[in-house]
Parts: sequence; structure tokens; C-alpha cells
Amino acid sequence: MAVTETAQADLQATVTGLFARKRRVALAVPALILLYLVYIFFAFDLPGLANRARMDNAAILLSDFWSHKTHVTRDNRSGKVTVAIEGESKGTYPDGMLPSWVTQDGAVTRIDLGQGHSVVYEGGKAIYTDPAYGTITLEQGDRGIQITTPPGPLPPWISASDTRVDIKTDRGRLSMTRSKTETFYYEPGWELFFFTLDSPFYGKGPLELAAMAVSGPQVKPGVANVALMASEFWNNGMWHHKDVAWAIGETILMAFLGTVGGALIALPLAFLAASNMTPARAPRFAMRRIFDFVRGVDALIWTIVLARAFGPGPLTGALAILITDTGAFGKTFSEALENIDEKQVEGIRSTGANALQRARFGVIPQVTPVLLSQILYAFESNTRSATVIGAIVGGGIGLLLTQAIITQKDWEEVAYYMVLIVLMVIAMDTLSGWLRRRLIKGDAAGR
Amino acid sequence: MSDAAATSTPQSRDMKALEALYLTQVRQKRLYSGILLLLFVLLVATGFQTANARNAGGFLQGLPNILSFPTEVLSEAWANRANVPGLIVKFIPSLIETVNIAAVSTLIGALLAMVLALLSTRGLARWPRLTPLFRRLMDITRAIPEIVIALVLIFILGGGPVPAMIAIAMHTAGALGKLFSEAAENADLKPVEGLTSVGASWIQRMWLGIIPQVAPNWLSYALMRFEINIRASAILGFVGSGGIGYDLKIAMQWGAGKYDQVVAIFLILFLTIVVVDQISDRYRNRLVKGV
Repeated sequence: MAVTETAQADLQATVTGLFARKRRVALAVPALILLYLVYIFFAFDLPGLANRARMDNAAILLSDFWSHKTHVTRDNRSGKVTVAIEGESKGTYPDGMLPSWVTQDGAVTRIDLGQGHSVVYEGGKAIYTDPAYGTITLEQGDRGIQITTPPGPLPPWISASDTRVDIKTDRGRLSMTRSKTETFYYEPGWELFFFTLDSPFYGKGPLELAAMAVSGPQVKPGVANVALMASEFWNNGMWHHKDVAWAIGETILMAFLGTVGGALIALPLAFLAASNMTPARAPRFAMRRIFDFVRGVDALIWTIVLARAFGPGPLTGALAILITDTGAFGKTFSEALENIDEKQVEGIRSTGANALQRARFGVIPQVTPVLLSQILYAFESNTRSATVIGAIVGGGIGLLLTQAIITQKDWEEVAYYMVLIVLMVIAMDTLSGWLRRRLIKGDAAGR
Repeated sequence: MSDAAATSTPQSRDMKALEALYLTQVRQKRLYSGILLLLFVLLVATGFQTANARNAGGFLQGLPNILSFPTEVLSEAWANRANVPGLIVKFIPSLIETVNIAAVSTLIGALLAMVLALLSTRGLARWPRLTPLFRRLMDITRAIPEIVIALVLIFILGGGPVPAMIAIAMHTAGALGKLFSEAAENADLKPVEGLTSVGASWIQRMWLGIIPQVAPNWLSYALMRFEINIRASAILGFVGSGGIGYDLKIAMQWGAGKYDQVVAIFLILFLTIVVVDQISDRYRNRLVKGV
């Protein structure tokens, strides 16, 4: 009786102790995480981030994502007025062609910004009309730019100095310097996505285009309208659909060549690194250390080294992926080889097969599903890394993306590339998932 | 005896038919695999040709040069080898920043992934109708490469570690969320039922019924992600902001004369990756095998 009692007391003590320990852990882990986050909060200077953050940049970025602006620019030396989408030469309206909200009459240009806002260029003068505020007149004088506004102090959306005046409203923006007067007009949508201004199909609705494609006279004699439309779209000078398609292709190509090449090189080497295939210790050990080294050096460093030898382009990216993947595949393949069922190899051996035949008929059929599934997984994730590697080596969609971001103005192109990259990755995921299910029927893990 | 002889003839005929059938099937299979192999080889060959043609330098011209840059770097660093230990110490703060970026983003990403995974697992979801929504959300955050988010955020937030951290955390949330949800799908639902019967709320059911079951698996996945994120954080530094990657870029841009710095950075980056890989490998083995 006494014995069981002491045993019970012991048990109770152990259980209470365990509970107490568990409770301490349950409190300590969140506390440690919190402590670490506090340290990071100061180490990463998050309080200073608020000052550094450029919210105006965020506003530009967001508005560029879904809208575009058209510049109406008057050269104050020659008096010439040009209308250009995003201020690009490829988006410049040719002489005699103007958007509906701009009217020209001799030296007077009227720009209707909508909701009662308008800008008029009259010689060197520019007049902004705001229905709520009144009329603002800007004029080039001898002592810089003269600004005439309704009485009272200047509102915050006008900034004026002798050399530069800026008027920003929610309908648009007017700025004047000594050399030029410029108005920005914002419209929703991505401009000239299908056809540029010089294309015969510019400004036509989808129904009209369909009608032209099916029947209707040939716009360019000797070329079917559909073919002309396709080529006008493909060679669009603003959006470069052709180059973008090539870039996406290059990125996928890098991932494909890298994955396949890495797998082909890693497979024979993995036999050397598997303990049941290579009984000798020395080559096995050497092979494993080589794999570790290749994986440890990291894609970034391989990419840099290879870029020096092969120059920028998709081949360099493919080789960088190939080398990194050889290390990763070497490890996982040799693990798969070590997990095979030896009985099948025994059976093949009993028929007098040599090492190569044993590998071909006893080992490969067993590991094929596992290896294929690993290769497809790697292909999937390599499509993503190929974007980053492309940014470093200068190839594929990664290059286009970084270039578009570095110019800091074509955010609509950045949005376009982002959408394309996401679609590409999702498509590759779906494809590899489908292939895995088709090729590896009965993969019980079904991962 | 005669009985056996009478039955053996149809049997051997059956065998013959079977053999013929088997051989035709084998031939067919070989033909198909042959065609498949041919297509595959063709695809790889043309792919290589295209990549080679679009590269600035060709494969064969570049091959002899592959070692020239490493030799150049190493020989210069060898000449200045006395500097390397000092430089390694100099770059330790950047290395800590890179590791911190990886650690915080793994932590935040894993916490987000926990919530997303539980919300998108059949049988566990708080709002079963919304599971497809959370799944698509994970798909999208997984699909956007880190570099895209990082570069856009650098434009808004300026340089430094924060853009990289947010970018990696987002990707981690999507990638881990998928793995977490797969692990949670295999969890035993009996503890949840027990907790439901005593009137536990959803958070209590998850915290007490599911998390203890899946914790080893989840921790193992998170550790694996930490390894990946260290590499990602170094690469993001090279392309955009903070950490050791940025120092590497600066040293590389300088070119000859700073190769001792390049070697120092290579060395500590390599060592860090190998050490973290080893530790996490060992710990993961322990977690999964329950030793």
C-alpha cells in the first residue's frame, strides 16, 4: 500500500513537473519570438522607415498600374505643340491627328480635362480653369513666369517660382518652365496595348475589328486583314509583345535546360555516391563532398562566375541552374538509390547480368517515378528562380522586369510583366502537376 | 499419359499466342519509348541551340574561359591573403543582416502560413466555403518571385533590409502554406472532435488539437525554408537591397583590386550556408524520426 502510494506521489510529481515545464516552454517560445522581433524592429530601423518611405512613389506606381497619361507639350521656343502618350516618341500623335479632348485652332490649343477643368495654350500663355477655384493664368515674362490667380493665398496644389510653376489637380497636371509648357491628362487602361497610333487598326472596337477580320476590304493589299492584325500586334512598338514573348520563352528554356542537364549529369554521379551501389568508401565520400560543395556555393556565386565566362544571355542562366541542380539532384538521387528494394537487383544478378545491366533493369525502373517527380518539382521551382537568375545574367523576363523597374516610369509595363510571370509560374505548376499524375500513376504519396 | 499429351497441345498453343502477344507489346512499348526519347533529345538539342544563339558569348568560346575569372580572383586574393581575415570580420555585420532577413521572413512567413494552411485545409477550415479563396491566395503569393516584390518595394520604401524581408516573407507564406496544409490534411481529427464536444472555439481546437500533431512536420518544413531563404536573401541583396549580397555587388563592380573582398564574402557566405544546412539537416532528422 505504502509502496503504491509513494509510486503515485512520484508519478504525480513527474506529471506536475512535466506540465510546469510545458507551461514554461509554451510561454518562453512566444516570448523569445517577441524579443527577436523587437530586436529586428530596431536592427532594421523600422521607426526610420516611415521617413524614408516615398508615398508619392507609391501613388505614382498604383495609378500607373491601371491608368496612363498623355502629355500635351508646347515647346516655348518654337511654339510647336505635340501630343504624346506617356511622352514617348512611339506614342506621339502624327500631324493632323489629335485625341478628341484636344482641339487646335491656329496658335490656340484647348485641352478639355473633363468635369469643367480645362487648359488653354495661347501663344506663350497658359490658362488653367478650375470650376471650384477659378482661372489661373501663367505667362512668360522678362523676370520669369508670371502667375495670376484669384485673390487670396496660393492653395497647396500650386507650387510657383520664377522658373517653374506646377499645378496639380485630380483631373490632371499643368507645369510650365522657360522651355516648355506641359499638361498631363490621365485615362484609365493600358494605352496602345493592341495597336499603336500608326497602325490602321488603332482606335477600332472589338466588333469592328472582328468584322474587318472576317470580311471587309484588305487594308494593305495582298495581305489578309487577320495576318496584318497579328503582325501589327506582334510588332507593337510600345509594348514589344514579340520581345516579351521571347523573354518568357527564354526564361522557361533556362529552367528546362538547367533542370534536364542537371538531372542527366547527376544520375550517373548519384550511383557513385550511393552506399549500396558503390561499396568503396573513397569515391563515395569524394562524390558527396563535391555535391555538398556545389550546393553550398549557391546559385548566386555560380551565376556570377559563369556570367564572366559566357557573357549575358539565357545559356549562362541555364548553366547556372544546371550546376546548382546537379548538386541538389546528386544528393536526392543518391538517397533514392539507397532506398531501393535489393531483391529485384538480386534477381537480375542471378541471370548473370553485369553492373550496367543490373542498373538498367534492376534499379532504374524502381527509382524512375521518384526521380521524375523530383525533376518535375525542380523544373517548377526553377521557372521561378530563372526569373531572378535572368535578372543577374541579363536574359529572359527577369531582365525586362529589372530594366522596366530601373527606369522608374513604365510601371504599367512592370504590372504587365508581373501578371505574365505569375501566369507563367502557375501554368508551369499546373503542367508539372499534370505530368506528375500522368507519368507516375500509383505514386502513393501523391505529393 | 495420353491424357496429359492431349491437354499439353492447347496449352503450348496458348503459350505461343501469349508469347507473341507479349513480344508485340514489348515491341510497341520500345517503339513508343524510342519516339519519346527522340522527341526529348530533339527538344533539348534545339533548346540548347536557341539558348546558345541568343547568348552574348557562345558555349564553346566561353568554355575555355570558365576558369579564368576564378583564377584571376583567387590569385589576386592569394597575393593579398593577409587582408582576408580582417575583411571577413568587416563583413560579419552584413552577414548578420542577411541571416536576419532570412530568419524574420521565415518566422513571419511561417506564422502567416500556419493561419493560411488551417483556413484552407478541408475539415479544419474556419469558413469551409472560403477554402478555395485562401488556396488561390497561397498560389498567387507562391507564384510571384521574390525579386518582383522586392524591387517594387525598394522604389517605395528605399533600400535596406525591409523590402527583401517583406518579399521573402510573402513567398514563404505561400510556399509553406501549401506544405503545412498537406501535413494538416493527414492529421487525426479525433482530438478536434473531442475538443468540439467540450465546446472549444476554433482557435482552441486548432491550437490544442491540430498544432501539437503537426508541429514536428511544420518545424521541419520551416527549417528547410530557412535554408532556402538564406540563399534568397543573399541573391536579393545582390539584385537590390541590403546584406552581404549588396557588398558582393559593390566589390564585383569595383573589379580588380577588390577581389580579396569578393573572396572573403564568398567564403563567409559558403560557410554560413553549409553550417546552416548541416544544423538544420540534423535537427530535421531528429524531428521527423522522433529520436
